Amino acid sequence: MTHSHNDTDTTPSRLSRAWHSDLAWKFRHSPIAMLSMSVTVLLVLSAIFAPLIAPHNPFDPGSLNLMNGFTPPLTPNAFTTDTFILGTDDQGRDIFSTILYGMRISLFVGFAAVSLGMIIGITLGLISGYFGGIVDAVIMRIADIQLTFPSILVAMLIFGVAKGFTPPQYRDEMAIWVLIIAIGLSDWVQFARVVRGATLVEKHKEYVQAARLIGRSATAIIFSHILRNVMSPVLVIATISLALAIIAEATLSFLGVGAPPTQPSLGTLIRIGQGFLFSGEWWILFFPAATLLMLALAVNLMGDWLRDALNPKLK
Amino acid sequence: MTLLNIENLTVEYPSRHGSFKAVSGANLALEPGEIHGLVGESGAGKSTVGAAILGLLEAPGHISSGEITLRSRAISGLDSAAMQSLRGKTISMIFQDPLTSLNPLIKVGEQLTETIITHLGVSQQQAHQRALDLLDRVGIPDPALRLNQFPHQFSGGMRQRVVIALALCSEPDVIIADEPTTALDVAVQAQILDLIKDLAAERQVGVILITHDMGVIADTTDRVTVMYQGQVVETGPTKTVMGQPQHPYTQSLIAAVPRPQVKLRRFSQVSYGGRDTRFAIEDLARNWPKATPSDGPLLSVRNLTKKFPIAKSLIPGRSKWLTAVDDISFDINSGDVFGIVGESGSGKSTVARLISGLYPLNGGTVHFDGALVSDPKDKAAQQNFRRDIQMIFQDPYSSLNPRMRVLDIIAEPIRHHTTRNSHDLTPRVHELLDQVGLGKSAAAKYPHEFSGGQRQRISIARALATQPRFLICDEPTSALDVSIQAQILNILKDLQDHLGLTLLFISHDLPVVRQMCDRVAVMKQGKLLELQDTQALFTTPKTAYTQELLGLMPRLDGLSTQGLDLR
Repeated sequence: MTHSHNDTDTTPSRLSRAWHSDLAWKFRHSPIAMLSMSVTVLLVLSAIFAPLIAPHNPFDPGSLNLMNGFTPPLTPNAFTTDTFILGTDDQGRDIFSTILYGMRISLFVGFAAVSLGMIIGITLGLISGYFGGIVDAVIMRIADIQLTFPSILVAMLIFGVAKGFTPPQYRDEMAIWVLIIAIGLSDWVQFARVVRGATLVEKHKEYVQAARLIGRSATAIIFSHILRNVMSPVLVIATISLALAIIAEATLSFLGVGAPPTQPSLGTLIRIGQGFLFSGEWWILFFPAATLLMLALAVNLMGDWLRDALNPKLK
Repeated sequence: MTLLNIENLTVEYPSRHGSFKAVSGANLALEPGEIHGLVGESGAGKSTVGAAILGLLEAPGHISSGEITLRSRAISGLDSAAMQSLRGKTISMIFQDPLTSLNPLIKVGEQLTETIITHLGVSQQQAHQRALDLLDRVGIPDPALRLNQFPHQFSGGMRQRVVIALALCSEPDVIIADEPTTALDVAVQAQILDLIKDLAAERQVGVILITHDMGVIADTTDRVTVMYQGQVVETGPTKTVMGQPQHPYTQSLIAAVPRPQVKLRRFSQVSYGGRDTRFAIEDLARNWPKATPSDGPLLSVRNLTKKFPIAKSLIPGRSKWLTAVDDISFDINSGDVFGIVGESGSGKSTVARLISGLYPLNGGTVHFDGALVSDPKDKAAQQNFRRDIQMIFQDPYSSLNPRMRVLDIIAEPIRHHTTRNSHDLTPRVHELLDQVGLGKSAAAKYPHEFSGGQRQRISIARALATQPRFLICDEPTSALDVSIQAQILNILKDLQDHLGLTLLFISHDLPVVRQMCDRVAVMKQGKLLELQDTQALFTTPKTAYTQELLGLMPRLDGLSTQGLDLR
């Protein structure tokens, strides 16, 4: 690739191109986008680096002191005089630390579930849109049927069935993966629908005919030509889906069918916290719930902004 | 007295990349009863002038200097309410697409009477009568019945007549017609232009006719203003401007117009503004494999038939079919340019897609170089055929994948058909890009960074990548400006001359066909009406339909012949 050196001299680098692109320009001129982006990045980073940031390891029983239980935020404990920024729960676990660790689970489940839904949805959408006919009819009718159930119900159904098949000793370990599959499978429909619609438009364009004329196979055309042209709406849905998946996970965990107490997600923390709300220990519920709200809102606002920015009609 | 006067008009579009002057310092004067042509290529600013007159500039565009006066009254500075009362009443507009300028859910009669009542303040009864008269005047038969119909029940030409009737409702002084016939077939185009001409003379309406088509200008307008990159380069009586163009841009523009009467060896290159780009045919020819001349025709089509379902039913007998191509047979000799002409819907593009295998056949055979290539089960024959034929599409904006780099676009056919490794691939693509006059640096860019003509060159480079023997060109220049069209057509002629390529050239544009083709087939409603040598077809057409088509060609008699290659 001797020529590539010459090209980099004349054409700007990838990074500077991205910086000067319209999308980046719009981003720099939208306070909401910048704010929601910073909040998301901050939350994601603090979840990733939870072991380094968290003052305590809430899952190490050795580090827990039951005497620290029910310590209000920023108030020294009456017995141990330890101070916790967001207080502690009934077992003396630091709420701040449990939130950081809980967010790890929530984000991991969210990202993994959306990725799964996206892969299934994009593949089925491309096949459905490109081939049409019977294949299209079958895939889209399955999608229609799934849409008649609330997605949380579908997730609960899948979760319940999967749990029945898992041996009891592995249940806690498998719970996270089952959760991912359950949310992912309840989420593919919107990806499939959008991708199918975009594919129907793209497949009639002349560049697809040109590729067919060269003799490329349907698979090659779908994945090397059409896929990259249907990705921008997918990106938007993926972002909004991420927020929905995090909420779905929290809902399932809140209902007690999601993440187990040994690996508490934000939803599990909220479920634990709601038991103490009326006895005065509001912080056990409030801080996990506020974190969930912030995370979901930031991701959602980013998705909304992305949809507007990528929509040529709103330019 | 001058009806409409534009003085020193400048329209600016501020954006984050700086302010863009779409029109700078344009002058134009329109007299009553006059048809004033505003001609230029895409991006010349001609439509912007029309929008500026009507106060319909899209934000953030605005008039930054200059004045527009209507009957000596300044209208360029009016607020939106005053402009609103002027628009539609004193100045009317005819748009390019008659389908989108009528409300599809309201009956034609209602749209007309409503407009009449709004502008003239007459009673429902009088308005109805006026609507009847107007439809009659614009040549719509049986107006009483037509008033009760919806726009979709009208054909394209009839719809444009309704739009014209709508524009006439308020008895305007000025009509601005922006490409009023571009979406229509030639036959309909001629009728609509005649109608506009008659109405202008009869009602003393001043018409500004915005178009890119020199034929329309030459046949219809009294005066013409030529625009180039936002500036007026020349203005004057149409005869003078067309016959003795003064400005070098006008000269090159007129020289690039395909002539219906004489066959030129090459189109004269438009060299204004440095837009002429080299096409290195000699370099390309050096490494081109010498085709072994075969006996008999290169491509032979027998009884080609294609039906599209228009109403599907589970019971076979109840399905309805549209026969798009009906039992067509012809031969194309090696090294020829074979033309297919016809109006839209005649099935000419379908023939191209059937031959190339993009659509499955419903009947008939295609032989290429003696071998049957129309059997979808014979994969080996198909694969060989694929390498030998390529296609150049009409729309250079949709025929290149917008998310692929030019390097990958051109490399795709080479990768597919040869075992060349990626080390050889890049130099090969660079070589092709050099040959079509784009240069190596084009490889790293995306299609949207190129103009229409440059994109069509990328298409040509892609088509030539596998060194094919047969090239299908489906309206390759109908989306391009006339000067770019001349360049692309010259490239195609070079391919035929120097590489011995055989071309199937599909077009609705008869002058272009005359310049390009050796033999021409005329199609109508899926049937092949006649097939003759080009010269014979244009001088002694056999069928009445061909005669009619030839009669509709723009005459272009008064056009300057300066700079033409008349050998």
